[in-house]
Amino acid sequence: MSDNAPLRTPSQRIAWTATIIVSTLVFIFLIAPILAIMPLSFSSGSYLTYPLPGLSLRWYDDFLNSPRWMNSLKNSMIIGVASTLLSMVLGTLAALGLAQWKSRFKPLVLAFVLSPVVVPGVITAVGLYFFFAPIGLTGSYLGLILAHTALATPFVVITVGATLQSFDTNLARAAASLGASPLEAFRRVILPLILPGLASGALFAFATSFDEVVIVLFMAGPEQRTLPREMFSGIRENISPTITAAAVILTTVSVILLATLEGLRRRNERLKGGG
Amino acid sequence: MTDASLSGANASTEVPLKRRLRRAERTRQVKALALIAPLLVFLLFTFAGPIAGMLWRAIDDREVRQVLPQTFAALASWNGKDLPDEEAFAALASDIMAARTSGTIAIAAKRLNYALNGFRTILTSTARNLKTMPEPGTAKETLGKINPAWRERTTWTTIRDASGPVTGFYLLAALDLVRNVDGVIVAAPPDQAIYRSLFTRTFIISLSVTVLCLILGFPVAYLLATLPPSRSNLLMIFVLLPFWTSLLVRTCAWIVLLQSKGVVNDSLHWLGIIDEPLRLIYNRFGVCVAMTHVLLPFMILPLYSSMKAISPAYMRAAASLGAPPVTAFLRIYLPQTLPGIGAGSLLVFILALGYYITPALVGGAADQMISYFIALYTTETANWGLASALGAVLLLATLLLALVYGKLVQGQQVTGGMKN
Repeated sequence: MSDNAPLRTPSQRIAWTATIIVSTLVFIFLIAPILAIMPLSFSSGSYLTYPLPGLSLRWYDDFLNSPRWMNSLKNSMIIGVASTLLSMVLGTLAALGLAQWKSRFKPLVLAFVLSPVVVPGVITAVGLYFFFAPIGLTGSYLGLILAHTALATPFVVITVGATLQSFDTNLARAAASLGASPLEAFRRVILPLILPGLASGALFAFATSFDEVVIVLFMAGPEQRTLPREMFSGIRENISPTITAAAVILTTVSVILLATLEGLRRRNERLKGGG
Repeated sequence: MTDASLSGANASTEVPLKRRLRRAERTRQVKALALIAPLLVFLLFTFAGPIAGMLWRAIDDREVRQVLPQTFAALASWNGKDLPDEEAFAALASDIMAARTSGTIAIAAKRLNYALNGFRTILTSTARNLKTMPEPGTAKETLGKINPAWRERTTWTTIRDASGPVTGFYLLAALDLVRNVDGVIVAAPPDQAIYRSLFTRTFIISLSVTVLCLILGFPVAYLLATLPPSRSNLLMIFVLLPFWTSLLVRTCAWIVLLQSKGVVNDSLHWLGIIDEPLRLIYNRFGVCVAMTHVLLPFMILPLYSSMKAISPAYMRAAASLGAPPVTAFLRIYLPQTLPGIGAGSLLVFILALGYYITPALVGGAADQMISYFIALYTTETANWGLASALGAVLLLATLLLALVYGKLVQGQQVTGGMKN
């Protein structure tokens, strides 16, 4: 048995067994809802109950052939990709700057940059609603992209910043001493090394935008409704199996994002272990 | 000290190394700042500016002054004790007639109605019935005849208190306080005093969710931190998958599970435990379950980090010194997890305070939290001052707690406790 497992006295054994039992129950609590909703989307009936009357893909068909859902999926992709790109540029530059900047104001600036994560969504949304309405940015893609970028950039600053922390600045100096221009050193030495950090930053940014709904509720016109926004009104009105199909599609996207992140983390660890 | 003399023949023309280094360093710092600047400017426009604007709306009070300018000029000399003089009545009559023509009367009526229920009726009925400007010296009589409310002192103090340009009115209202006729801050009448109980409710729901997360999260974090990495990494998926699953998917899943014909009720019925379906959703129970599910990973991850940093040698040392397991746990292990407990609890509590979507979807009318009312006053009733004031209170609470959280996590980083 592992050195860590505290399995010496009977009372410790009981405590350990209790931990395992409670943890198992919590794991079930965490996973069961997500698993329970999936089969319902393949039901041939229109009620969200078990046992399923039969299997069918009719709700996926419904989802894929509904202009409303397709439009929302398209909007989520447009806004997600655009705000990811924008937050990558702003966040990476800021992370590079913050890594070199020495000032007693640094904690303050860092706190400010990270604050969109902490401030409740409703407050940001109301503020943006008042601020963007007079300048015509509510009910527009640009307004939503800007707002989602503000929410997503902190994650980019954190992930890229973490990568830069473990980055050996001597490598950049070596490149410079070998005659590389700063831009060339960045492109050929720094960029490839921090790429995994950039990639996870991008994934976080995309996931943030793809799942955001409070700001969309306040700012989106009928044309800019995203997938979570459609789900919100769908859940409010009446949950149909089409929503469970949308939920499965959203979950699949999350699983792909999570798996990619995990892959990046492993790759990073392997590189570190090898170096 | 002699660095200038070291550089040989042309030492006099060369800049000393120290100064050159300093200059290079300064250039580096300027460049660093230039890299951060775009994000700062961007956030000023898309985040800080809008929030500052919202805070400004919580104290902004210029609507009534714009509609009733002459009245305020006439009221400047009013002692506030008796009714204002004839001059003020005449000014009000003139303002009302002008406002009716320009269609701005509703703006003032709305704002004054917040302060005094029924003011909308007073103002609109007066505007409707005031056909012509009263003869000089009869304004007081005319207005009093149209609506007896003009003979009340409160009507006039309400107007005076809305003189702007800034007001504490909305912030006081958010705390169930009002200024009475004499300008003294007193408790709001019971039928309007709903916000303190709203804050209490928000606080209680957040606290319950935090405690539930701690109770459920602690054993899981302990298990994950104790198991060998190969197995804990696998189990970590159970924590990370929900963490990454859309909030709406999870909320939707709980509705499917907990509704009266949902999976849970069906199973309990099938097992013969219940005859009638239990009411599990659209109430406090549903809100707490769904929010705990959403926020549990935010508890487990910091706890796991702090537990991972505890060397098992401490527990072995305690045991070898004769401490029974319970004592060793309570006196050696638990104190070392306190930073993790603090960080996780604060994080969950902060996030829970601002929750909107989950309570809005799975809660009943009596389970809506402060965010719901901010949204309601912004989009439905357009009482922007009150929405902003409630937002200001929520923001203040969040920032104070975040400050504590920052201190806590920073302390941990020094000791390497917070690796993730």
